[in-house]
Amino acid sequence: MSTPKFTAGQRVRVRAAFPLGHVRTPYYTRGCVGTIESLAGVDRNPEQLAYGIHDGPSVPLYRVRFHQTTLWRSYDGNPNDSVVVDVFEHWLEADLA
Amino acid sequence: MRRPHDIGGLDGDAIDTAEPPAEAWEKRVRVMRQVLGRKRPPLLMVDELRRAIEDLGADDQSRLTYYECWTAAIANLLLQKGLISVDELGRKMDEVTARWVKDRAQ
Repeated sequence: MSTPKFTAGQRVRVRAAFPLGHVRTPYYTRGCVGTIESLAGVDRNPEQLAYGIHDGPSVPLYRVRFHQTTLWRSYDGNPNDSVVVDVFEHWLEADLA
Repeated sequence: MRRPHDIGGLDGDAIDTAEPPAEAWEKRVRVMRQVLGRKRPPLLMVDELRRAIEDLGADDQSRLTYYECWTAAIANLLLQKGLISVDELGRKMDEVTARWVKDRAQ
């Protein structure tokens, strides 16, 4: 089990990766910057479970808040609107900007 | 790669929210999935089922009903794992079809 790398309030970017295979990170979040809301838990990686590997290492899972305006270029609702998405740690990198 | 289930943000058709009561065979499929997942180590995990349903592809996923997708995905997984054989499955399907035809004729 790995120790969580990120803490609440930290800005993170979802990796703009597009691998083949089973992925839980929604396509529309890839490459986007959000803020760590909280640690959702530490769990086995569904990308491995999906292929029958049930004894792999556990991975921290975070709730990440994104502004709708950063996800959708044409978003014309309230600019404060946001959405919280569960993202596993290996999909996140610190956003230092 | 964007897989067929990952449709957040795409334009789509109206969603049918009707929930017809489950048929007996659908309940059996659901229970079978649970039983296969109960062994340690599990013979089939829910994550594998999700992956196998995605593997059916967009066409089959939209053509088949919810539990038809489950059935096709479970069958493919059991074949891949060598828990059942194609021949075994084919013969069993023939047997069930024959029984169904006979029951309907009565």
